[in-house]
Amino acid sequence: MNPVVDKVASWSEEGKKAALATVVKVERSGPLGPGTSMAISEDGQVVGSVSGGCVEPAVFEEAMMAIESGKPKYLSYGISDDEAFGVGLTCGGIIHIFVERVDW
Amino acid sequence: MVAVGELLSRWHEALAEQSPVAIATVIEGPEGSMGSKLLVAPEDHIGTAGNEELDKAVVEAARGLLEGGRTETRHFGPRGQRRMEDVAVFVQSFAPPPKMYVFGAIDFASAVARIGKFMGYRVIVCDARPVFATRERFPSADEVVVAWPDEFLKTAEVDKRSVICVLTHDPKFDVPVLKTALATEAGYIGAMGSRRTHDNRTARLKEEGVSDEDLARIASPIGLDVGARTPEETAVAIAGEIIALRTEHSGGRLAGKSGPIHVPDTQEAVRNPSR
Repeated sequence: MNPVVDKVASWSEEGKKAALATVVKVERSGPLGPGTSMAISEDGQVVGSVSGGCVEPAVFEEAMMAIESGKPKYLSYGISDDEAFGVGLTCGGIIHIFVERVDW
Repeated sequence: MVAVGELLSRWHEALAEQSPVAIATVIEGPEGSMGSKLLVAPEDHIGTAGNEELDKAVVEAARGLLEGGRTETRHFGPRGQRRMEDVAVFVQSFAPPPKMYVFGAIDFASAVARIGKFMGYRVIVCDARPVFATRERFPSADEVVVAWPDEFLKTAEVDKRSVICVLTHDPKFDVPVLKTALATEAGYIGAMGSRRTHDNRTARLKEEGVSDEDLARIASPIGLDVGARTPEETAVAIAGEIIALRTEHSGGRLAGKSGPIHVPDTQEAVRNPSR
């Protein structure tokens, strides 16, 4: 069983829009491997995760935009840097995440 | 054209039935193709990556990956050509959970069955003694079988992802079942017992003609050296060894070494049974 797919299916039955964010690539050291996913519903519910909590808030925002626009997006998050904007991973890895609206 | 929601419901259904399925998604490619999706099952597929030729190539690749339970990105030309990089397709395999066979319905087996379930295995407990091999004693196991271990294992489905834990530590049972286990391609074969039991068992297996190479496949005495005492602690030591052998890691303390903790290997993530 897959709790993320279960949840997405039940949202779909309720007629709720949703987005799916999936880790597609991990460079160097990363907490969760390719295939790990997180789903976000239009009313802000979240199931699953894509990192150890470092990038989830940013992915959540991207997912909301994908639900709105219907446009999928390829995201990459790298080493966190206090000087830089945005979010990063404290573990020193780079993770690539594909975010898409569930309309299939 | 696939109706909205059709792919999702097929995917959900396959996972519920534990039937193998792969999801292929275009993650890089020509304008407008990003997000195109195919659901690939062993017998059929639905959805499209953009055109028929590309679909054909993606379906073939996805079936190959699904067979090994692997998740990775494959590249194709716009019409499915090989050795071209225009289209990146992420293929996620959802293989049924791997199996853990536990022989010997003792207290240790109950703890091992529980941790096996926790790790995502389909757990099958087998013992020849009907008094011990009961549902009540193994509530967490998926199956409890009363049979002679070696006879049962001969008929059981065992593949590279399977784990076999022989906890009987009785030569009458464990020698034949270990011989049968060695004839399979199981990814892990462990045998419980004291040093003395181990030496005695090794001698008997050698008498039966088991080669040194085969003997080296058996994790015996079973488990990592963590000083486990209780059945639960022993189960943790066994679980640790199962993971370490699969990932080819040493099983020592991270604090005592340097370098990356996770190997950025796509296959490792996928062979993890919990996904």
